[in-house]
Amino acid sequence: MATASDARDKNWFIDKFFQSLMFVCGISAIVFVVGIFLFVFKEGLGFIVNDLNVAEFFFSPKWRPTSLHQPTYGILAMVAGTAAVTVLAMAICLPFSIGAAIFIAEFATGKTREILKILIEFLAAIPSVVWGFIALSIMNPLIITTFEVPMGLGVLNSALILALMAAPIVTSIAEDAFKAVPDTYREAAEALGATRWQTIHKVVLPAAKNGLLSAGLLGVGRGFGETMAILMASGHSINIPTSVFDSFRALTATIAAELGETAVGSPHYQSLFAIGIFLFFITFLINMTADFIVRGVKKG
Amino acid sequence: MFEATSINHHNDQVQLRYKIVFGVMLVILIIPVVAILFTLIAKGSHAMSWPFLFDDPKDGMTAGGIFPAIFGTIWLVVVSLLASVPLGVAAAIYLSEYAPDNLLTRLINLATINLAGVPSIVHALFGVGAFVVFFKFGTSILAASLTLAIMTLPVVIVSSWESLQSVPRAFREACWNMGATRWQTIWHVVLPNAFTGILTGVILQVSRAAGETAPIMFTGAAMFLPFLPNSVFDQTMALALHLFVVATQVPDVPESLPFGVALVLVGIVLLMNTVAIWIRMHLRGKKKW
Repeated sequence: MATASDARDKNWFIDKFFQSLMFVCGISAIVFVVGIFLFVFKEGLGFIVNDLNVAEFFFSPKWRPTSLHQPTYGILAMVAGTAAVTVLAMAICLPFSIGAAIFIAEFATGKTREILKILIEFLAAIPSVVWGFIALSIMNPLIITTFEVPMGLGVLNSALILALMAAPIVTSIAEDAFKAVPDTYREAAEALGATRWQTIHKVVLPAAKNGLLSAGLLGVGRGFGETMAILMASGHSINIPTSVFDSFRALTATIAAELGETAVGSPHYQSLFAIGIFLFFITFLINMTADFIVRGVKKG
Repeated sequence: MFEATSINHHNDQVQLRYKIVFGVMLVILIIPVVAILFTLIAKGSHAMSWPFLFDDPKDGMTAGGIFPAIFGTIWLVVVSLLASVPLGVAAAIYLSEYAPDNLLTRLINLATINLAGVPSIVHALFGVGAFVVFFKFGTSILAASLTLAIMTLPVVIVSSWESLQSVPRAFREACWNMGATRWQTIWHVVLPNAFTGILTGVILQVSRAAGETAPIMFTGAAMFLPFLPNSVFDQTMALALHLFVVATQVPDVPESLPFGVALVLVGIVLLMNTVAIWIRMHLRGKKKW
């Protein structure tokens, strides 16, 4: 009798131990998100306290952190460049991705659907640095000869690369949004005599609207956060782009290009962390909004 | 009996037209993958040889092989897996098997989504601030791998959670009825049944970690090192960073060299993805529920 209850006690303790261990690991995602914010904030704090001029930071296009007499830290040109590229990339990516998602979700069947999804997955698997290399070595000469411009690195090149990089994510989220529309909706439409396209156009698309919106938002988040590909495709010169062939510089690429050359703790080093905080907040906001929109759908 | 009226015929044509339009949109997305693969193979295969894969770089990285970069990438990926797989699977177990439907669980899910959305360069800043500077690991494999581990953690959590959820609830109930504790049920019944699914996620994570550049640039990967790393406290070369370096930083590189490096990197990544897809299909065929 005693031995049996002892065994149960041991198992009970093991059970409790693992439950606690799983809980600790479970909350790790929260710990890391908070940790990322705290550590990036901690390194950037010196800049925010001592050198930050809010008006200059957000509204000056001049990023001259290494100037000897008068260093200026303005991110306006980089924000404008990143925003322009992201908007252009989404304008290219969204119609194709949503079209592809409609084809996969509503038209393709069986083996075809499987193979198409695998190819889209392959598109998603290509590393960022390889996309950057493609921008440099394939797209750059292609743009120069096609449009007869002196340089192929800039807004257009980056937007095309970014559109291809975002396409698999947007496609798969859009496909999920279409799948989430109940089949009864489609059956009801078809029972009323609607064709497949009328059903998609009048029933499925409106019902999946929020899911598509959040797919687009996640694409924008991807655009703001992309680093290596944009570093290599943008031409990396600081100016507010006025044409699609202009070179620009992204926020992310600035950190990637300059962090290695700064001394730990210097104002320049700290200013790069301040950009990091800004990026963290932007992507945080975009992801939360996207999640909120999708959650709104599920509630309804 | 029901003859095709002209309206039906017209509708069929319209539908076919839309099918073609969307099909073409999809093909336009897929063409680049195929074109990229062909270009990489066409231009990179000249560089491919045993010495290219197994020698050190020579003449300021304009000749020779890429072995230290391949070796370093393996180091980085293995160490990051050692950290992220136990943690990620455990987090998924908590979310799938224990977590009540409350605010904390909602926060964990939000944090996971956010962790996946944080830009890779911000992960790099975190790696520098936390592992290199604060914990004093210096620029080392350890710092770089931990940064990679945190970055790829959401991939493991989400894919493991999905495979745990796909184990039918009846399996757990049967086990509880036998008097097993919650943990015994998880360890002996749920995990073995979810194993292949979790493995698929881990392989995809390997593919992801091997291709990342930004998070390792300032935390442990070096542009050029004349020796191989001996411990996790050494710096290392890495394939992804090596591609960036030979493509942008080194003058007079023969054209085939960066294409060769890109081909090896893409080859590894797509091989991993193919294995994961194969396991997933195999698994679907074997499942009896």
